[in-house]
Amino acid sequence: MSAHLAIVLTAMLGGAIRVSTPFIFVALGETLTEKSGRINLGLEGTLVLGAMLGYATAYETGSPWAGVLAGGLAGVALGALHGLLCSLPRVNDIAVGIALMTLGTGLAFFFGKPFIQPEAPHLPSVPLADWTGDHALAEALRVNPLFFVGIATALAMAWAFRNTRVGLVVRTTGDSAAAALAMGIPVDRVRVLATAAGGFLAGVGGSFLSLSYPGSWNEGLSSGQGLMAVALVIFARWSPIRCVGAALLFGAAGALGPALQSVGVTQGYYLFNAAPYVLTLLIMVGSSSSVDAHRAAPGELSITR
Amino acid sequence: MTIALDRRRFLQSSGAVAVAAGLFPRAAFAADPLTIGVIYVGARDDFGWNQAHAVGVKALKALPDVKVVEEENVAETDAVSKTMESMINLDGAKLILPTSFGYWSPFVLDEAKANPDVQFRHAAPLWKPSDPTNAGSYWPFLDQAHYIDGVAAGLASKSGKLGFVAAKPVGIVLRNINSFLTGARTTNPNATVRVIFTGDWSLPVREAEATNALVDAGCDLITCHVDGPKVVIQTAESRGVKCCGHNADQSSLAPKGFVTGAEYKWGTIYTGYAGLIGKGQPLPNFTFGGYDKDMVQNTPYGAGATEPARKAADAAIVKLKAGAPIFATAIKDNNGRIVVASVPPDNYADVLNKMDYLVDGVIGSTS
Amino acid sequence: MTDAVGTAAHLTAAPARRGSAAALRLRAASEYVVIPILAVVAASLIFALFLLALGKSPAAFLDLLWIGGFGSAFSWSNTLSRAAPLILTALTVAIPAQLGLTIIGGEGALVLGGFAAAALAVPFVGSGAPAAVVLPLMALAAVAAGGLWIGLAGLLRLKRGVNETISSLLLSYIAIAVTLFFIEGPLRDPASTAKASTLPIGAAYAVGKMPFLKVHWGFAAGVVAAALLGVLMSRTTFGFAARITGGNIRAAQAQGLPVGKLTLACCSLAGAAAGLAGFFEVAAVQGRANASLAAGYGFTGILVSFLARHNPFAILPVAVLFGGLAAAGGLVQRRMGLPDATVLVLQGFIFVVLLASETLYGRFPVFRISGRQGRA
Repeated sequence: MSAHLAIVLTAMLGGAIRVSTPFIFVALGETLTEKSGRINLGLEGTLVLGAMLGYATAYETGSPWAGVLAGGLAGVALGALHGLLCSLPRVNDIAVGIALMTLGTGLAFFFGKPFIQPEAPHLPSVPLADWTGDHALAEALRVNPLFFVGIATALAMAWAFRNTRVGLVVRTTGDSAAAALAMGIPVDRVRVLATAAGGFLAGVGGSFLSLSYPGSWNEGLSSGQGLMAVALVIFARWSPIRCVGAALLFGAAGALGPALQSVGVTQGYYLFNAAPYVLTLLIMVGSSSSVDAHRAAPGELSITR
Repeated sequence: MTIALDRRRFLQSSGAVAVAAGLFPRAAFAADPLTIGVIYVGARDDFGWNQAHAVGVKALKALPDVKVVEEENVAETDAVSKTMESMINLDGAKLILPTSFGYWSPFVLDEAKANPDVQFRHAAPLWKPSDPTNAGSYWPFLDQAHYIDGVAAGLASKSGKLGFVAAKPVGIVLRNINSFLTGARTTNPNATVRVIFTGDWSLPVREAEATNALVDAGCDLITCHVDGPKVVIQTAESRGVKCCGHNADQSSLAPKGFVTGAEYKWGTIYTGYAGLIGKGQPLPNFTFGGYDKDMVQNTPYGAGATEPARKAADAAIVKLKAGAPIFATAIKDNNGRIVVASVPPDNYADVLNKMDYLVDGVIGSTS
Repeated sequence: MTDAVGTAAHLTAAPARRGSAAALRLRAASEYVVIPILAVVAASLIFALFLLALGKSPAAFLDLLWIGGFGSAFSWSNTLSRAAPLILTALTVAIPAQLGLTIIGGEGALVLGGFAAAALAVPFVGSGAPAAVVLPLMALAAVAAGGLWIGLAGLLRLKRGVNETISSLLLSYIAIAVTLFFIEGPLRDPASTAKASTLPIGAAYAVGKMPFLKVHWGFAAGVVAAALLGVLMSRTTFGFAARITGGNIRAAQAQGLPVGKLTLACCSLAGAAAGLAGFFEVAAVQGRANASLAAGYGFTGILVSFLARHNPFAILPVAVLFGGLAAAGGLVQRRMGLPDATVLVLQGFIFVVLLASETLYGRFPVFRISGRQGRA
């Protein structure tokens, strides 16, 4: 039994690291956008388009890192479009997000057909625990560099929000457009840039899906991960650090279903596969009404009114 | 031969074989090409189930005086009814080939009843003589190729612990798992198969997770039944374990660990259809077969197939071609229950079509 | 507010002055017709460039769109069949939107509703119980299941401050997982070997098609639901209170409006609409509950509602437009060799341009009541 427990826990650790990276990137991108006062629900489309373009570019150029960049640039394009459209008076940011989710997914599926079959070069992974000699642990901790980039980005964002002028500008824009205008901040321009930068991160997250794990392009690749990652931002209360935590927790819970089946707990796998959603909901119910949650929310955000 | 005669013959035909007047384009109206509608549940380029069909359909496209119209990503809902009706009403299709299990009931059955002069052939072993005679099934019994996978896997695997990533616990999948285990037991009586059901036909991230979980649990050879096996094969290779393919040739994805793979030969069926149509002959209501009818095959061995594994698998293929049965003794499920007391020595016996269990030696559950 | 018929009656009573007032009002209202049409035209032009760049003929596309979606009685039945579930799932988004709530979990409520309807019907199969009793019970079960599910998202919002967008999405995934657990486990029909399903509900409890149209009754139910909810939201105190709350929740609370009850009522109604869609999927389409209940109608409903600006009346034409695009999409694939995603791209263009066109409202003096010379 304890051997089984060890297998499940190792699998969940490995799963957390493997599965969480796209969630980290999308959630960080969304955090940046929402901190500036806008919601971009369309990052699912960005994730899918980033995955497709990343894969196609890596295949054509032979360089997975070029693919990551292409994925990010696709995100910039969609993010900038979102930012610009929402700068027009009376255009609703949530609706534009959903529109761009449709468009991004549509373009990715449309142009992605020829890239389903070919094999693109993968991003290399970093063996963290080979020295332990424990095979399972070594595999669990064979980590993709983008995972570290994601964590570094989270730390940098958290620091920048607190300590830099750019961070202050973004936060002020998000908390009160009136106050920002009074300070001479070009509100719309800040929001466009924040949304484009957020799109970049989400696009990079997409390229992780196709170039690292599971490391292939097809139309079922995302299946709503981008939408879920956007949801995790509110769960993480707009803190970049907590985004990483939320993504890891979500990834670990997602690994539970397959891991339990692998050790013979085979009944009810649909219910175990729903574990990440149940867990997220329970934690939100447990914590949402706290004062912190409301204080953390950017004041300009339509979703938290 | 006149149209009237054909139609009368069609009306008289009562069960085994039926055909519509429209299936005789050359004999009846030479200028009027036969339109065939093909329906796919996902994208045609999915490197899996749908692509395998699309490749096979090329045999039909090559026929003179035949027009093939194709529609992809058609859901197993009202949408497929409307697509069939649209093909009939707007394209004049006289033969419809819907290629996903879930299209059959109620959608294909209803359309067949409503359009008696259109032929329907559906890719699954589901047609019964009580069903409309202008409908029918075609099905390569892939479990024979999975059995060969198992024979090779029993020797290619060091631990005898085999892993199977499966989409859903439906009969066709369960049969592939059971045959895989049965094959493996012929070469390694202690072999076991661990199954992980992902819950859907295409969930790349969970397929990768399932593969990792199986390897973590000690499996050193992985195979699968999902729509697009690319992710499972690549993940197994990157974890340094061996693998067997499914649906199509995946050997290039795993240059180190690939053993062999179970492949449908849809082309045999579609080419056969093309031949019958070309000669103006009716299509049978149920076309099925396995190794004996050249409807399935195994992928050429990869680097993961050891010499004894190759020999054993080759020998088993010869036997299957001669009609040797896979399930020869009573079948015991993995709860210890005897589910079938005596199996007829026939790989197409009806009792095998009713598999809703996993056999003894498979670690997993159907719900 | 005066509707068109009312104005016409006034017009006959006092032709001279009221006539011009009515004309001006009509002109103001026409802004909501002219701008969306211009936007769709603009989106079509962008899409035409897209097709030209790929070497395909926009004219051929337009032709097929007409033939496949609207050009014949058959096309209309195809279009309306596809629109039927979208009307109901769009209402799932539109009703809470009046309160300023964004619900995106209609898919799960539909699946759960369909499952509840099938689970209720199966014990009656072969019992001889009349359809007139069982069908309403099935519909009730579906409506209750859907209503409770989205109502729960409203309750969590109210009691724990949980964001309803996320909770409804999470609840949706959970509903689908629970339903699949039962369908592929305890409630599975052992005969469903190729596709796990509950036992069939049988012909006795099947909902048929509407006369002349070859479209199942779910379409009529959608039209009625949209009309009823439209009236509820635009013509009653309830709807007025809901819109005030949506406009400014603090003002609503200050005025003593029952914000809590409004939230629960709107969310439950929303879920009920999705549940009803699930009922029709089971009773009129599938004849049993299975994984195909999760066919994406809930998600497409989100697009439809946002495009209709969450106006229940406007949902009807938008849903029909989406139904027509889907119906024609098949023909476009077959005749032009374009991939399935073509329709998704077109939808994306239309959606983006229509939303951008929101900014045009009020910018053209032509449409203003005070405008002088303009033509509508």
